[in-house]
Amino acid sequence: MLRTRVIPVLLLRNKGLVKTVRFDKSKYIGDPINAVRLFNDKEVDELVFLDIDASVENRKPDFELIKNIASECFMPLGYGGGITSFEDIARLFAIGVEKVIINSTALLSLDLITQASEVYGDQSIVLCVDVQKNIWGKYQVYSRKKAKHSRNDLITYIREAQDAGAGEIIINSVDHDGMMQGYDLGLIQKVVAATRVPVVACGGAGSLVDLQKAVLAGASGVAAGSLFIYHGPHKAVLINYPTQNELKQLFA
Amino acid sequence: MTAIIDYGMGNLGSIKNMLKKIGYASEITADPDLIRKAERLILPGVGAFDKAMTNLEDLQLIQLIKEKAIGGTPLLGICLGMQLLSEGSEEGVLPGLGLIPGRVKKFVLPAGYKVPHMGWNTVDYQRESLLYANFGIFEEARFYFVHSYHFVCSEEQDASGLTEYAQIFTSSVEKGGVYGVQFHPEKSHKFGMQMLRNFIELVPC
Repeated sequence: MLRTRVIPVLLLRNKGLVKTVRFDKSKYIGDPINAVRLFNDKEVDELVFLDIDASVENRKPDFELIKNIASECFMPLGYGGGITSFEDIARLFAIGVEKVIINSTALLSLDLITQASEVYGDQSIVLCVDVQKNIWGKYQVYSRKKAKHSRNDLITYIREAQDAGAGEIIINSVDHDGMMQGYDLGLIQKVVAATRVPVVACGGAGSLVDLQKAVLAGASGVAAGSLFIYHGPHKAVLINYPTQNELKQLFA
Repeated sequence: MTAIIDYGMGNLGSIKNMLKKIGYASEITADPDLIRKAERLILPGVGAFDKAMTNLEDLQLIQLIKEKAIGGTPLLGICLGMQLLSEGSEEGVLPGLGLIPGRVKKFVLPAGYKVPHMGWNTVDYQRESLLYANFGIFEEARFYFVHSYHFVCSEEQDASGLTEYAQIFTSSVEKGGVYGVQFHPEKSHKFGMQMLRNFIELVPC
């Protein structure tokens, strides 16, 4: 039986790890390499690193840091942030990244997704979409780079990206980010209904039950930051991850 | 020395990283001399079947890999590298290496099952295999898979492992010193480490 993938998402800023709330209030968490080692010990399904400043600052990925992360990663590794060219993607694969995650660049053009998926296969090219509700409650694609809503219609954009060669979609709710009060299940259902590729839910998980709810809403994988970083009511920093038995029971 | 054959198909660094972690040197190479001298070969790969065979042909490695394998050098194909051991694939028109009888087919799955088969899954061992020797130490071993095509053996005894994803499919193959695994041991934590260790320490070369 295929297991549901449970994926810690770690945010990079100034070579350190941070955690945000609603894409704001970034708090320093620790050293990325140390975190990878801890997640290795916990035998996590997959790890995702997102450099949240690279595109905003028009900067390339920090290849040296990613290389160090990849060399310690004995599970699949996804990386996103500052990827703007085919050369960036080729370099990331060469240093041991399994999946490249495209966000800002795709808002302008899907050509890079097509070009990369033709060479590396759809399964290794992931689209990440940040979604925020506007004041009328309509889901809008959010651009972190421009700090505002993009004009792309959410469902049209996702379908076009899928046709362009994105083999997986991470759907990240800006409103739920860091809140630990559950995923936006309506958003997950809406996106899953419109796509044929796996959808990974991100943003809002505060408990294992939240993961279960996202899977029932149709997510193929469930990603979380705070849940695997914080512990207890006072949110002490403590890298954690459910055991295999807990996960088995959760998704049985 | 273990040679990781570099023919332009995917992520080889992670295999070298894991071998290093378990204490074995390896060389990522397309150099026929190095490959000829290697004690063991690993044929990795992600991507399209025909592109892979074309690249191997362009590097003049097809005959060399076959000779080495038939001559008794242990060979481990991983993911696409496993599929290349077959006689051919539905994904392309070119013949495979033909080291293990069988063909590669695309998944045809009921509604609700996504292709590729991506994520962690278990393997039912079908026979005594050095690759899975001592796997009894694990409560339950699991491996990371990403693939849309699967190997269909002509000879039942060549299928060393089966996995379930809507249907039962062959997830590892073995014939003599030729081994193939559909999953990625290099991305499968201690389970993959143990398998690579077995390939190096237990398979005689």
